[in-house]
Amino acid sequence: MSKKLLGWKEIPFAGIIPNTPTSLEYKTGTWRAFKPVHNKEKCIKCLLCWIHCPEPAIIRHDDDSIEIDYDYCKGCGICSNVCPVKAIVMVPEGE
Amino acid sequence: MFVQLKLLLWFRRESEMGKIIGLNGDEAVAYAVKQTNVDVIAAYPITPQTIIVERLSEYVHNGELEAAFVPVESEHSALSATVGAALTGARVFTATASQGLALMYEILWIASSLRLPIVMALGNRAFSAPINIHCSHDDAMAARDAGWIEFFSENVQEAYDLTLIAFKSAESCLLPAIVNLDAFILTHSLEGVEVLDDNDVKRFLPDKRPIYPYPIDVEKPTTYGPLALYDYYIEMKRQQAEAVKEAYGKIVNIMREYSEVSGRKYSPVKAYFMDDAEVAIVVLGSAAGTIRTVVRDLRSKGEKVGVLSLTLYRPFPEKELMNAVKNVKVLAVMDRAYSYGAPGAPLFSDIAATLYNVEEKPMLFNVVYGLGGRDLTADHVKFVFNIAKEYLRKGIVEKKEIWIGVRK
Amino acid sequence: MIEVRWHGRGGQGVVTSSELLARAALLEGKYVQHFPEFGPERRGAPVRAFTRISNEPIEIHTGIYTPDIVVVIDPTLLTRIDMILEGIKKGGTIVINAKRVPDKLASAAKDLDLNLYYVDAYTIAINIFKRPFYNTPMLGACVKATGLVKLDSVIKVTESKFKAEIAEKNIIAIKKAYEEVKRYE
Repeated sequence: MSKKLLGWKEIPFAGIIPNTPTSLEYKTGTWRAFKPVHNKEKCIKCLLCWIHCPEPAIIRHDDDSIEIDYDYCKGCGICSNVCPVKAIVMVPEGE
Repeated sequence: MFVQLKLLLWFRRESEMGKIIGLNGDEAVAYAVKQTNVDVIAAYPITPQTIIVERLSEYVHNGELEAAFVPVESEHSALSATVGAALTGARVFTATASQGLALMYEILWIASSLRLPIVMALGNRAFSAPINIHCSHDDAMAARDAGWIEFFSENVQEAYDLTLIAFKSAESCLLPAIVNLDAFILTHSLEGVEVLDDNDVKRFLPDKRPIYPYPIDVEKPTTYGPLALYDYYIEMKRQQAEAVKEAYGKIVNIMREYSEVSGRKYSPVKAYFMDDAEVAIVVLGSAAGTIRTVVRDLRSKGEKVGVLSLTLYRPFPEKELMNAVKNVKVLAVMDRAYSYGAPGAPLFSDIAATLYNVEEKPMLFNVVYGLGGRDLTADHVKFVFNIAKEYLRKGIVEKKEIWIGVRK
Repeated sequence: MIEVRWHGRGGQGVVTSSELLARAALLEGKYVQHFPEFGPERRGAPVRAFTRISNEPIEIHTGIYTPDIVVVIDPTLLTRIDMILEGIKKGGTIVINAKRVPDKLASAAKDLDLNLYYVDAYTIAINIFKRPFYNTPMLGACVKATGLVKLDSVIKVTESKFKAEIAEKNIIAIKKAYEEVKRYE
């Protein structure tokens, strides 16, 4: 991280983090080796990927269509594994 | 001597309006805790602290105290529950001794690192093995590095007074505080205790909530005790170290304030005939009074002896100690605990470290006494003074460590 | 400062006697200390309790080794002369629970110039409680023999220590022993 680290007089009292969740600042999407690619044509909106994503990096829209949040998706591949119609496939990052 | 005695008698007379009741050390602590209007008590009974827990549960049961009494299944849970309660902003209390403190150990550090103003009474009892229920300062010493404020009481009155001082100190410094009282010698001894009026307690310790400035609020999620690795851990520890150092001045002021409320003088160290003492003893806990009686006796025979007792042990009263011993030639440091394989028992190590960079300092030797409740008699104290005088005469400390009251 | 040592057996209330004496003295504005001797708590085993009473603040926190007064609550302990007399100050006082003073104890007490008092607390206890509760009658005897505190103070603290019905019986026992205790000449 290029962020400036705080000194002991600057950090919050007892390390308490009052404005939770600060985890949003960590863009875990940079950790991916494989990237899930979603095929809207094949998708049956069963939402199994949305249920199983541990991050959660599957964004569910009002009509139950989904979108992948690449800022936080770590590329674990669970969504691709549980998809009954193979609408999500994992491809090497950068291709 | 007469001046000191007169002073004590004067306090007694002045306070004749105050209520004097017969309490043992445990009951005195429980009485003080009740008067603080505590919100949550989570404790597991263990000898010799049991009476504290019994009395508090009775107060709650009888409706004399409106508090949540949490009967936990272990000391680890007792302190954990106390940590949780303190995080909500409540005024909280627990008590333990010996093995119970050992079982609490990991939570001790969490409580202090989260800066929770928890007050704990510790009925100082020896660690096993062999199993023993009597007095050693093992438990107090096990907690000495954990970031808690630590007070030592010398009699039942002090156990009462220091409990109130501990609440105010903990809440002002946002640090947990321990009140030490010697197993049986104080926990189970009945003495006359002058208790404050409930309203005086309220004036000294205002009933405001929340006590913790960042209380848990379900509407505003907050992270307590986050993961902090090599990027932040040491900064957090540095901040905590500074808080404990800063606590010292605050506690001195709180003790002064309490002295005004109660008419009983409190300060981190109690110096008795130290001004012109050539040889002196420094000690913690109930032995101090016994040593003072011997000092009075020896002074009447013209011997230049003195005694220094520490009411506040953490943060350590370095400056006051340096100042009190500056004219002393030989200082006997009496420890009711031992540190196996260390260059000195805990109090000795503290004092040696305090004095190392001081130019004019007394010669030091370490006296280990009273482990597991072995009585410290007036003769033992005279024996220690005699050794100190011998070292003074010879100009050298021949044995750095002496055990007294031990069969050969 | 006056130091008192109490001898009894586990379960006889020896600790309560010492505590009531301390509370009575406290009521009279004196400084006090009361502490039981702690070990494994076994009913029937010899146990001791200690009381200190003074007009000045009591700073010492050691055991009591040279008592001014020894009270023996249990009559079956009277054969343990060494234990009873251990450390007692010359010219001190012993108060025992006995119909008559055992000869050996009488002569040992004479050698030490002790004041010896006796009372049949057994009969008093059996008549009042129907059970051998010697502790409060022996407190009454001790108070009469030593004049440490006023009888009235003992009655007051007994009233606040026990429930009304129990307190009443104990006060009768205390008064009875107070009246009946005799000095052995």
